[in-house]
Amino acid sequence: MNIIYILWMRQLKRYFRSKARIIGSLGQPILFLFALGFGFGPIFQKAGGGNYIEFLAPGVICMSILFTAVFAGIEVIWDKQFGFLKETLVAPVSRIKIMFGRTLGGATVATFQGVVVFILSLLFGFTPTNIALIPLSLIFMFMIALVFTALGTTIASLLDDMQGFQLIMNFLVMPLFFLSGALFPLNGLPGAIGTIASANPFSYGVDAVRGLLTGIFHFNLMIDFGILTVMIVLFLGIGSYLFRKIQI
Amino acid sequence: MNIIETKNLTKKFGNITAVDNVSFKVEKGGIFAFLGPNGAGKSTTIKILTTLLSPTSGEIMVDGRNPIKEQDAVRASFGIVFQDPSLDDELTAWENMEFHGVLYGVPKNVRRKRITEMLEFVELSDRKDDFVKNFSGGMKRRLEIARGLLHHPKILFLDEPTLGLDPQTRNHIWKFIQDLNKEEGMTIFFTTHYMEEADRVANTIAIIDHGKIVAQGSSAELKLKTNTNSLEEAFLALTGTVIREEEVKGVDRMRAGRRMWHK
Repeated sequence: MNIIYILWMRQLKRYFRSKARIIGSLGQPILFLFALGFGFGPIFQKAGGGNYIEFLAPGVICMSILFTAVFAGIEVIWDKQFGFLKETLVAPVSRIKIMFGRTLGGATVATFQGVVVFILSLLFGFTPTNIALIPLSLIFMFMIALVFTALGTTIASLLDDMQGFQLIMNFLVMPLFFLSGALFPLNGLPGAIGTIASANPFSYGVDAVRGLLTGIFHFNLMIDFGILTVMIVLFLGIGSYLFRKIQI
Repeated sequence: MNIIETKNLTKKFGNITAVDNVSFKVEKGGIFAFLGPNGAGKSTTIKILTTLLSPTSGEIMVDGRNPIKEQDAVRASFGIVFQDPSLDDELTAWENMEFHGVLYGVPKNVRRKRITEMLEFVELSDRKDDFVKNFSGGMKRRLEIARGLLHHPKILFLDEPTLGLDPQTRNHIWKFIQDLNKEEGMTIFFTTHYMEEADRVANTIAIIDHGKIVAQGSSAELKLKTNTNSLEEAFLALTGTVIREEEVKGVDRMRAGRRMWHK
């Protein structure tokens, strides 16, 4: 327990100490809320979609969780490169505990980031329909964070340096985000994109958070919960397996 | 009694044989120097002994156990100071020590006391709450040594521990390590490029070159064998005078890049 705690604590300390990172990572969500929210707002309204900020805000909250989580996982590569991973790997501690501690830490940080963006979105006019459901939405934010921190760690276990980072951003993280229903409704989409979005685990996270905050679900909460749970187990499992195989 | 033994230890990376049929024994409570030119296979051997790499073939025993099968038991038996930095720059000196102590299960009150003592010893007490990123190379080195000793291991691996340290600090650290060796019977396994250091502190020396052990024995035996007057001459007689180049991996390139950025 102590071991998981100290690994968790380390992630938190590193995050809260780099003010530049916190502020920097708020730039993108603000830009999305501002440019897309106000830019597409009138068209969305005309097309009968209602208030676009209402629709968009949960998507942007989930986006910032997704990015922060994957990045927190990928950080293992930095630890590999700057030597600190060796220090953890020679310690008499099971790799699974190391993986869990790190993932919990990364997921906590990502959830925190989501909460900050949530608060910011209120300034842009986002109004959750049922305040009582906000705590439950936080649980789903944490689940999204767990899935993608574990995914990031899994990828990081396979890579030796940051050169693959752009590849991951452009061919994994960006598609996960854009093809998820974070920015547009999934109803009535043409074939391929609809299928892809339904196969994208991030879609279910977005759906749960949006449903809880605005009352509009595309899937339903139980399906979202089921898919996210399966993904958490799956990626933690694969991640722990690969993490155990790391050789330096 | 031997605390470390390897028999025909071999490690291949693709078609490069980094460690080639290496066999040696380290006596319990001894100070063992593992010498060799750059790229000879020293660090790879240490990584295998410390469970970071698995060998291609051969047998190994560390503290009576097999580092491949009983990893955690072996890990609990040693401390290590790596050749390259392995501190978390974003944490303070104290936090790095604390992190290590928790990972090794040192109970809280003992941990606090030892961290204070060890920081005192390496003269970093007044900097204990400073971030490691603000430390000089020598200070980081001292902190790594203090950290490696925190859990009182049975075996201490030191991969070029004194690289880049001034003679004062080097002597100070060696004296402490020798005391630990005498008083606590801690086995010391180290590599160095300073031959006089090995000559002065080691009971047994093994020289490795191109992944093979080329000579083993006490300093006196090696000098006698090569008919030379100093360990440095003996070393050169055994390994030749050609300058070696080390393979550069992605990780090292990256480190160099980072150093550049942080200048």
